[in-house]
Amino acid sequence: MSLQNINVALIGNPNTGKTSVFNELTGLNQQVGNYPGITVDKKLGFCKLPNNIKANILDLPGTYSLNASSIDENVVIELLLNKNDKLFPDVAVVVTDVENLKRNLLLFTQIKDLEIPTILVINMVDRMKAKGISLDIPFLEAQLKTKVVLVSTRKGNGIDDLKNAIVDYKNLSTEPCLNASVIDPEYFDKLRTAFPDQLLYKLWLVITQDVNFMNLERKEIESSFAKSHADLKRLQQKETIKRYQFINDTLKIGQKIDLSSASDWRLKLDKILTHKIYGYAIFFGILFLIFQSIFDWSSVPMEFIDSTFANLANYAKTHLAPGELTNLISEGIIPGIGGIVIFIPQIAFLFLFISVLEESGYMSRVVFLMDKIMRRYGLSGKSVVPLISGTACAIPAIMSARNIENWKERLITILVTPFITCSARLPVYAILIALIIPEKRVLGIFSLQGGTLMLLYLLGFGMAIFSAYLLNKILDLKTKSYFVVEMPNYKLPLFKNVAINVVEKTKSFVLGAGKIILTLSIILWFLGSHGPAKGFDNAESLVIKKVKAENRLDDTEYLNDQISAHKLENSYIGIMGKSIEPVIEPLGYDWKIGIAVVSSFAAREVFVGTLATIYSVGSHSDEETTIKNRMNAEIRPDGKKVFNFATGVSLLLFYAFAMQCISTLAIVKRETNSWKWPAIQLVFMSGVAYLSSLIAYQLLR
Amino acid sequence: MKTTVDLLKIGDRAIITHVDLDKIPLKLLEMGCLPDNELEIIQIAPLGDPIYLNVNNGSHLAIRKETAHEIEVEILEP
Repeated sequence: MSLQNINVALIGNPNTGKTSVFNELTGLNQQVGNYPGITVDKKLGFCKLPNNIKANILDLPGTYSLNASSIDENVVIELLLNKNDKLFPDVAVVVTDVENLKRNLLLFTQIKDLEIPTILVINMVDRMKAKGISLDIPFLEAQLKTKVVLVSTRKGNGIDDLKNAIVDYKNLSTEPCLNASVIDPEYFDKLRTAFPDQLLYKLWLVITQDVNFMNLERKEIESSFAKSHADLKRLQQKETIKRYQFINDTLKIGQKIDLSSASDWRLKLDKILTHKIYGYAIFFGILFLIFQSIFDWSSVPMEFIDSTFANLANYAKTHLAPGELTNLISEGIIPGIGGIVIFIPQIAFLFLFISVLEESGYMSRVVFLMDKIMRRYGLSGKSVVPLISGTACAIPAIMSARNIENWKERLITILVTPFITCSARLPVYAILIALIIPEKRVLGIFSLQGGTLMLLYLLGFGMAIFSAYLLNKILDLKTKSYFVVEMPNYKLPLFKNVAINVVEKTKSFVLGAGKIILTLSIILWFLGSHGPAKGFDNAESLVIKKVKAENRLDDTEYLNDQISAHKLENSYIGIMGKSIEPVIEPLGYDWKIGIAVVSSFAAREVFVGTLATIYSVGSHSDEETTIKNRMNAEIRPDGKKVFNFATGVSLLLFYAFAMQCISTLAIVKRETNSWKWPAIQLVFMSGVAYLSSLIAYQLLR
Repeated sequence: MKTTVDLLKIGDRAIITHVDLDKIPLKLLEMGCLPDNELEIIQIAPLGDPIYLNVNNGSHLAIRKETAHEIEVEILEP
């Protein structure tokens, strides 16, 4: 990014429409993290301002104050305290909700104390009339020493004003709007004398917070200005009261609320959505709707994508020069990529529902309803969010566990979330179910295949709850427990927010998976078409000799089959596969499936692509262009199908339970700050997977 | 009448008289749970926990019963 770009940081309480403002400013010019799911980390976007000025817009996680009580809040504080950070804001834009101004302004007064030029955005002004709110803008601007911009992201109003205000940031006041040091003048005077170059509020934050800032000086400050824990708490309480006093005084004049004109459908909705019977019924209804969309509504576009890729593979096969490379492209890479692209409809539906649930404010009601029940299993009501968004991807789900205040509840949530059926498992489930479950409908509505898929989701969820229960009994962690969750007002989700979320997250899923699949396909193809000289190079003469003995030399198809099978078996990959066969044979897998399972430990979704590549190397028939058909055609030496019911169930169970995702392990390490937990997760989950697959296969075969 | 928030019923309104930072998190204070502020019980979840409040006229939040027990209030007559 160029140096003359203005750095703008968007800061605000959760549920103030901060992300909407971000989307309005940047459109699709966003750099999103690699993880599909909901916003948890900071996001960067770009925006063109008037006078040819450009801005880097940084969307920070929502926080209630600068007193860090979660990692999300730490992200904000560490950026705002570090002037050397390349994203350190030239101007801070504090986004507030007009209906919640009082509470939202607390954070604003803290940001002002950092003496960063600050703009106050009052969002959702379209609701002022319905809520009977009127504002005295000049008075607020004078009191808060800032520029106020009224924005309605729903109506798209005020964004140009905001852009102009950003361009004009040098004229903003950097003066704090209240003097917080009056809570203990003597103490703050001493601080000021000792560190004349430092901002007083910064020093105060460093003393009270556990943030990584000025590490060297920190010790010095602490030793000479140590106060007892209780004293600091008392001061923090005083500080908060002081800030609220200022805000109350300001709003008493600057804001008028005519309660008589306020319509209150929020209360009515709450009565129903948090009702002890309807509340749960509605929640399970919504879950059912989500699964219905994944299992049923997605099937139309999926069939279309499936046939498109089959045609594409055929086209590549007939129009490219015949040879091994063409085989790799038409039978390995295209079906492998197709195996991911086909899940775009399902993944898009998942992200659609999750972002609608989040945006509408409904998710908090679920947290409220589920807290007491979840606590029985060592989880928190807030674990519902990771557990639901885990159906899309475990990575953002684990990150969204950050706002669980209790460490033990958070840890258990992190550890069990990977059991939830994520979108990467879908490709594997779908193809295996199609192979082993007949395409029938029961009672005319429920498809047997859809039912099986639903069962697998329930299995994952059940396993997550069961493991949580176990962990709750085993883990001996004494942590102070508390739980605060905001119940935001209901909002109709903004189409633009939802659309951007769905598009960006789906895109990053497909591109991310696509890259891995492409790389693995090429490596596997190479390993499958090369081998140690002995047994590989003279494959043809060996096989011809053998076939001659069988007296079938005239049957060229049979001969070619035999040659390619022999080659594959003696290739590097064949040798590797054979060496793990003793371990996987009791589960009902041959060595080809074994290779696919092992390569899936990088990421589950490569299973299908891996099989496609392996089968393409050993391919014999030209007609089988979809992976499903080819898998169906695979037979064991004894003439039975490779993918029979027992093997299929065993594989399904393995993928349901095994910890096959390096990215998740990495994120667990980051979030728990230790290799211990991901290691336990890997061993425990894969152990469960192996055992349950073993039992299932031995019982069913 | 003096009591604590966990003992209130749906629809009750009360004035906060005392909070102790050793027992409740700072975050709760920052969301408006400060002495002299008013609160109203909006909903109590099935099984009596958590409790959904409107604090300081507009800050809507849910807390667990054990935290609610630490907030001392004076009930307002309807």
